[in-house]
Amino acid sequence: MKGANSLKPVPLVEVKNLTVKYQSPEGEITALKNLSLEVGKGEFIGIVGPSGCGKSTLLNVIAGLITTYTGEVLICGKAVRRGTRMVGYMPQSDQLFEWRTIWKNVLLGLEVQNNLNERTKSFAWKLLENYGLADFAHAYPRQLSGGMRQRAALIRTLAVDPEILLLDEAFSALDYQTRLIVADEVKQIIARENKTAILVTHDIAEAISMSDKVVVLTKRPGSIKSIHNIELTCSEKTPLKSREAPEFRLYFNSIWKELDVHV
Amino acid sequence: MSMSRPQQLVNISEEHFLYLQERKKYRFRVILGRIVLLAALLALWEIAGNLRWIDPFITSQPSRIIKTLALLHSEGALYQHIGITVLETVAGFILGTIGGTCIAIALWWSKFLSDVLDPYLVILNSLPKIALGPILIVWIGNGPPAIIAMALLISLIVAVLGVYSGFVQVEPEKIRLLQAFGASKGQILQMVILPASIPTIISALKINVGLSWVGVIVGEFLVSRAGLGYLIVYGGQVFRLDLVMTSVIILAAAAALMYQAVVLLEKHLSRQ
Repeated sequence: MKGANSLKPVPLVEVKNLTVKYQSPEGEITALKNLSLEVGKGEFIGIVGPSGCGKSTLLNVIAGLITTYTGEVLICGKAVRRGTRMVGYMPQSDQLFEWRTIWKNVLLGLEVQNNLNERTKSFAWKLLENYGLADFAHAYPRQLSGGMRQRAALIRTLAVDPEILLLDEAFSALDYQTRLIVADEVKQIIARENKTAILVTHDIAEAISMSDKVVVLTKRPGSIKSIHNIELTCSEKTPLKSREAPEFRLYFNSIWKELDVHV
Repeated sequence: MSMSRPQQLVNISEEHFLYLQERKKYRFRVILGRIVLLAALLALWEIAGNLRWIDPFITSQPSRIIKTLALLHSEGALYQHIGITVLETVAGFILGTIGGTCIAIALWWSKFLSDVLDPYLVILNSLPKIALGPILIVWIGNGPPAIIAMALLISLIVAVLGVYSGFVQVEPEKIRLLQAFGASKGQILQMVILPASIPTIISALKINVGLSWVGVIVGEFLVSRAGLGYLIVYGGQVFRLDLVMTSVIILAAAAALMYQAVVLLEKHLSRQ
């Protein structure tokens, strides 16, 4: 018994019976209903679902940005509060501040959290060096390519050393080719830094190619429709190579059917 | 090609060289056109006066304006008048901008406050502030403070609305990013709202420069005993159109210079 217990890792994120409602003069909208989900340490979870199913709402709750809900959201066993330092949030498009240099952008989170010191700064600098942006530290965002900007945004999120990364349609503003390359880079960086990640996307292929597990949500009010453990046979498990795996198309088709898209 | 090329243009293609030449020529023609237009207007004005097509006593004349300028210069009063008006304008402009930005911050900070004040701002914005001139004179008295108040009144509401609209246009995703890091409202204001709004604030400044001049000149029309607005009104009353025209031209020059100062400030800020 004891052995079996220790095999099952303690989940990093636990969502239990989460229900989120939005109030408006026109009425009440239930965005998520009785949603339960566990994310283990080091896992990469992709969340897909029909548009308006509450994918982003789920991320916002885990990020501590939405605080009115019923149910429980725990990270490392503790309830999420506003301004939790456990999560790093990657918004849609990079949202680098044009008036700050790349270096100042990277330090943004540390500045907000009043946590700028030699140790945190050298950690942030190390990230810039490791991921090829040290030469651009004093450049402004407009001087960087789309892919480099996305990397800078990821480093900004990693600089505060969060337990878990939340990517909210993070690549949707990029053109298709850049998007594939950036997804590759981001996946590798997250793996190298040993982080847990939740990716919300409307792109099924992106979810399959990047994730260990793909969670499919139902139409609004969103709850879990199915969870697919992604196992691909390919030489390298990078998002680009994953797309060549024979199982890729099978996963794609079954998720596509579940999403039941009507236009 | 007989044209000899300057040293730094050696490494460019023939087409690009021709394009640059063409561009240079065009810009030269524009500047020349501006100068010719000015010279033609001045000459026509002068000749029309000399040949009595128009009455220089009523329309004045470039030569008379120069004489008036020289006279005011030798009397020494000219610089005092210019100084007073410029000072009043700068004071109204700076107070309007700072005050407007502060009120805009308050409106951004409290949705309740902005909802409560909304109809008042709409009415104040549509009211011609000049109508309040007599009230200001009674309340504040005859003098520069009333004039500055006039300039402030005219520019303040526009500044509030301009800056506030800049604040609410800041991308919500940028604010959410800071919130996810755990930022307080004060941090959001300081780290994203204000820096992201600098372009809007600058364009509000540009409008405010013009409005402050309107406020000051109207104020001087109503109350003052000094300044360019006073010279214009006084000149009109005693039928010295030379004085009126001279003052208007000085006013135009001063307003253009001040506008250029704001443009320089904009360039400086956007380079940072």
